[in-house]
Amino acid sequence: MATEIPISTTADTDVVTPRSKPTSRLTLIWRRLRSTPRFWVGGIMLGFFVLFAVFGNTINIYSPTDQDIYALNEAPNAQHWFGTNTIGQDIYAQTVAGLQKSLLIGIIAGPSASLLAAIIGSTAGYFGGRIEVVIVWFINLLLVLPAFFILVLLAPMLRQLSWMAIVVFLALFGWMIMAQVVRNQTKAIKDRDFVKAARYMGVSTPRILSRHIIPNVASILIVDATLGVVSAILTETSLSYFNLGIQKPDVSIGTLLAEGSGAAVTRPWLFVFPAGVLVLMLFAISLMADALRDAIDPTSGANRD
Amino acid sequence: MGKYVLRRFVNYFILAFIATVTAYITSSAFMDPAARYRGQNPPLSESSIKSILDGHGTNPDVPILERTWTWLTKIFLHGDFSTTVHNNPVFQEIMTRASVSLKLLLIGSILGAILGVVLGVWGAVKQYKASDQTVTYASYLIIATPTFVIGVILMIIATGFNRLIGTSLIRFSGEYTADIPPGFFPWFTDQLSHMLLPTLALVLMGAATYSRYQRSVMLDVLASDFIRTARSKGRTRKTALVKHGVRVALIPMSTYFAYAFGTLVAGSAMLEVVFSWHGMGEFTINSILQSDINAAAGSVLFIAVLTLISSTLSEVLYAALDPRVRI
Repeated sequence: MATEIPISTTADTDVVTPRSKPTSRLTLIWRRLRSTPRFWVGGIMLGFFVLFAVFGNTINIYSPTDQDIYALNEAPNAQHWFGTNTIGQDIYAQTVAGLQKSLLIGIIAGPSASLLAAIIGSTAGYFGGRIEVVIVWFINLLLVLPAFFILVLLAPMLRQLSWMAIVVFLALFGWMIMAQVVRNQTKAIKDRDFVKAARYMGVSTPRILSRHIIPNVASILIVDATLGVVSAILTETSLSYFNLGIQKPDVSIGTLLAEGSGAAVTRPWLFVFPAGVLVLMLFAISLMADALRDAIDPTSGANRD
Repeated sequence: MGKYVLRRFVNYFILAFIATVTAYITSSAFMDPAARYRGQNPPLSESSIKSILDGHGTNPDVPILERTWTWLTKIFLHGDFSTTVHNNPVFQEIMTRASVSLKLLLIGSILGAILGVVLGVWGAVKQYKASDQTVTYASYLIIATPTFVIGVILMIIATGFNRLIGTSLIRFSGEYTADIPPGFFPWFTDQLSHMLLPTLALVLMGAATYSRYQRSVMLDVLASDFIRTARSKGRTRKTALVKHGVRVALIPMSTYFAYAFGTLVAGSAMLEVVFSWHGMGEFTINSILQSDINAAAGSVLFIAVLTLISSTLSEVLYAALDPRVRI
């Protein structure tokens, strides 16, 4: 339609026929996302859990630290919606507080790891040579030396610092595989004409990386950041399960599960509610990441025809 | 081929060596092995604590690099990996525990990989059909669940099942029953009833992640020209898919197996603790909780050797599958 030759019917009209703009990339991605059921299922679930984490405790009369000594070990009822534990703490209030912390940890640590991956990976790919060899060796070393081991090793030290220290370390040990992907992509595009042109025009290297290279790998980075949220929360949960992550008085879903898993058969509410909330929230984020990948990646099966 | 494999192996060997030494140095820097003895009652004198630590080679008064050097020379000259805080040789401890862990890890990861590949291929062939959607949602649900939660949920189900049939058919505490009658058959059924749940958990974990990757790789392959060529030269849909499709779709997966193996090792370590198996996972976590430097370095060596073997294997697999790689 846009290429149709305008035929002027009346000579004196000066109206320019509005050219239909070429579809922008964002519009295209949004159009694809909109038609994916996974995106809507995940998005609505995630929205619900975010609202639950932020406002869940404003409608509850108990705070996470309150101890109701008249209701120890109670099954869920009208007073305590998710029941209480051995010392009368309200599981609903604790789950909401734990969800807040877990969500915060994931949202900070996941994207930070992707940012690190973008910087390190693109640097290695762009410069090549000795810098690349050193970075690749370092990545391989970190992959052989299990990140979980280092996190567990440093845990006693992290315990004395605030929970933010754990977030920093989750980010520091979550970037390696993605950096490899970014490095390969960078190598594929660094000799393309637009990068060469920028280089010959005297654009500085950091600027080339941030304006020309990283935007070209942004799509996979966005997906990685989304999945990074999931893996950061999972790692934190496992660390806390072994009493190595978040420490009292802070609660995360991991610490709740650690307390509740022993009583999973006899008093299931201690375990089922925090676990259910965590799993469903991560499930929602994964579904969104999957839909996002299908929408962004032009080579993925969904967009081929 | 042999030369290539050897070169890759040497590369990974050096990596494993550096990883172990790094683990030893970081453990020495961050752990306080003396703390374990200070809290004892009756209290030990400072000098006797020091002499115990000297025996383990973990005396903090000696500079870290010097300790590392002594530790390394003992390994290379005498094959001695020093002792744990319980005075057992680390190497012997690893040998007894390794079989426990490897049993779970090997069976679990192989079954998981096979199931993942099958489900992934199936999902790609049936893209967006109800079966594909079910597998996709189910695998995302499993990926979203922490490993130990999967373990606990399986335990709850098994408890219900045992109660239903009135006998404890599925056992989920420990790795074997202490008082089984002698003979192969009782031993075998006992092994099965103990292994069922942890292996199932590991298989679910592996299959969920592998199937996602296999599905997307297979989708790419299905749309490529050579599948159409195979079909148009008269191959049936089935043989075109299996002989041309799956083989090619497995190539990128072989690299991914090596990457995902680390996650499985961490996962199986957690499952060991959940199901109270006395394997390497428990050893690793306890070594850190008990500030046991020698044991911690030993466990990292174990993991590094596993990674070394799996990475080399995946490169061999890659070379064997990819017709473009001739070595």
